Amino acid sequence: MKRITIDHVTRIEGHAKITIHLDDAGHVANTQFHVTQVRGFEKLTEGRPYYEMPGITARICGICPVSHLLASSKACDAIMAIRVPPAGQMLRDLLHCAQIVQSHALSFFYLSAPDLLLGMDSNPEKRNVLGLIEKHPELARDGIELRKFGQQVIESLAKERIHPSWVVPGGVNAPMAREVRDQILATLPQANAIAGRTMDLFKSKIEGFPEEIAYFGSAPTMYAGMVDAEGNLRLYDGKLRFRGADGTIVQDQIAAEQYADFIAEAAQRDSYLKAPYYVPEGFPRGVYRVGPLARLNAADRCGTPRADRELEEFRQRFGRVAHSSFLYHYARLIEIIHALERMEMLLHEPKILESHVRAKAGVNALEGVGMIEAPRGTLIHHYKVNDEGAIVWANLIVATGHNVLAMNKSIQQVSQHFVNGNKLEEGMLNRVSAVVRAYDPCLSCSTHALGQIAMRIQLVGPEGELLDDLRSE
Amino acid sequence: MPQRVLSIRIDGELVSTTEGKTILEAARASGKYIPTLCYLEGLSAVGACRLCIVQVAGIDRLLPACTTPVQNGMSVTTKSPKLAEYRRIAVELLLVERNHVCAVCVSNGHCELQAMACSLGVTHVRYPYDYPKLPVDMSHERFVLDQNRCILCTRCVRVCAEVEGAHVWEIISRGIQARLVSELNQAWGDAASCTNCGKCVQACPTGALSEKGHAVEEMVKRNDNISALAVWRGVEA
Ligand code: FES
Repeated sequence: MKRITIDHVTRIEGHAKITIHLDDAGHVANTQFHVTQVRGFEKLTEGRPYYEMPGITARICGICPVSHLLASSKACDAIMAIRVPPAGQMLRDLLHCAQIVQSHALSFFYLSAPDLLLGMDSNPEKRNVLGLIEKHPELARDGIELRKFGQQVIESLAKERIHPSWVVPGGVNAPMAREVRDQILATLPQANAIAGRTMDLFKSKIEGFPEEIAYFGSAPTMYAGMVDAEGNLRLYDGKLRFRGADGTIVQDQIAAEQYADFIAEAAQRDSYLKAPYYVPEGFPRGVYRVGPLARLNAADRCGTPRADRELEEFRQRFGRVAHSSFLYHYARLIEIIHALERMEMLLHEPKILESHVRAKAGVNALEGVGMIEAPRGTLIHHYKVNDEGAIVWANLIVATGHNVLAMNKSIQQVSQHFVNGNKLEEGMLNRVSAVVRAYDPCLSCSTHALGQIAMRIQLVGPEGELLDDLRSE
Repeated sequence: MPQRVLSIRIDGELVSTTEGKTILEAARASGKYIPTLCYLEGLSAVGACRLCIVQVAGIDRLLPACTTPVQNGMSVTTKSPKLAEYRRIAVELLLVERNHVCAVCVSNGHCELQAMACSLGVTHVRYPYDYPKLPVDMSHERFVLDQNRCILCTRCVRVCAEVEGAHVWEIISRGIQARLVSELNQAWGDAASCTNCGKCVQACPTGALSEKGHAVEEMVKRNDNISALAVWRGVEA
């Protein structure tokens, strides 16, 4: 049996390795996705005061620190057993929307657009954001602008772009100034225009990827995402819903503190990532996906007009429940539109300017769970404290973690379709990497690892001898 | 009895001061800056941090300005490449001894140790970190002691004993094992002599002592009023 190793996968956040096992005929027999680093935030936070957790866990990731800040603060809110004042809620929600916009923009424009617009088989030396700037300067500029918009909103609210400390247990630590609101409102139209343009462009290109749509992880799974009581998509607050592959709602309105009844984690042999599964189905049958595509599948609608129009069209094209992981890109663009609409709505709420933005309390509960929809999917922070407020136990379930089983399946499917072990081509392996990128995994978060990215592909013969070794960067 | 007036030179400049003053006091009175960490105006000086080291003509050793009394005709140098280097070393040794993880500290941005490291240009640390496993005492109702951030400056010990008169704090053990403890090494929450005044928290230069519930970067301290109170009470002998 031969083995191909892709080590590391490029244009994702963190370190990963893929092994492709070939049978004697050179066909793909099996694949495995390994995450090769471990960080263990759960361990090192033991004994720390609970209210430091948002600041500490935000350090897990430089890509979406805001997500950890929010999930962690929500867990702390639960430990304090307080209700965040309305303005505090809205400001956190607003910050989160900005985070979704900037993170999705990064994933779409910087990491995946090179595959989508330059082609999966294009010259790998040019198949990156620089190549994109050369070939499609307007699109690259739009991407930079949209990301900047999200970052500027975060900065104007939280005073820092990365690792802001504005979100605190109980709310946020300063109200929003009227000028800040007006300034965000003034820059929103441009962001909306970019989102609309990019959507149109993407829709015009999607016809060119029939094979990718068909084989990029199109195996049906369940989907999880947060919704409100009416079934509208919710990113900051809401309850978790599982929708089955056939479209039926499997479980609805799961509150954060009930998550453990439905989600359990299985340790894996070759990876530092624990694989969460849906408990009633067991492991490994209980595979489900999270993230943009999963959220749109799980929700009934977005709850904002423009995003809902796009979602309607999306469902007409791909069905009520869309399975292809290639469509994560599409879903990401719909969510950008939704997040921008929601920002506008929040900014027009008079209450958002109120000065009471933080509730204060000590330890009123010994356990707290916070759950939000991070850009990459459902993020859960679960803490236990002693009665002095020191952390005695912590568990983080991170978006990429939920997807790991599905990602494994997708890799298998893509490899079987595109990889021919007798004649290796770069484009084949790029597709294997691209399916991973479709999920926009953040492995730094999920194993709580961090690293540089480069790609290495090894082809190993039946006796373990190295047959081929390709490197990029 | 009127004190004898002395004259000394600080960085070449003639300065007049009075007998019994320290070099640091004389320097400050004439508007000269000498970096300090363990010194807090109004409290007794202990010479623990060695940030205030200066060169005195005719003496090979570097002397701490906060505890060295002036002598008539003394010539003091407060700035030189050698002093800068030793001060940097002093800060680096403080940094490696405990777990000063600024990024996630309640005092980030408002910390005297951090500010000192910045102003001395400590861009990296030449020694290996010790990473000791140290506890956080959260037993007090309002305050927290995080040993990870303590630099053993003893400002808390002194403010509590000299200004509040409670003497809750003490240092046990020696050298690298030295630890700040409250009342006979009990949990702070069990220290019956603690009056909950919070002066130790305000006097602490780092995030070692903080008020509960302050998230990362939120702990801003005021030690100017601690000094004012101490000076007013005439603590300083
Ligand atoms: S200030 Fe003089 S030794 Fe610390």
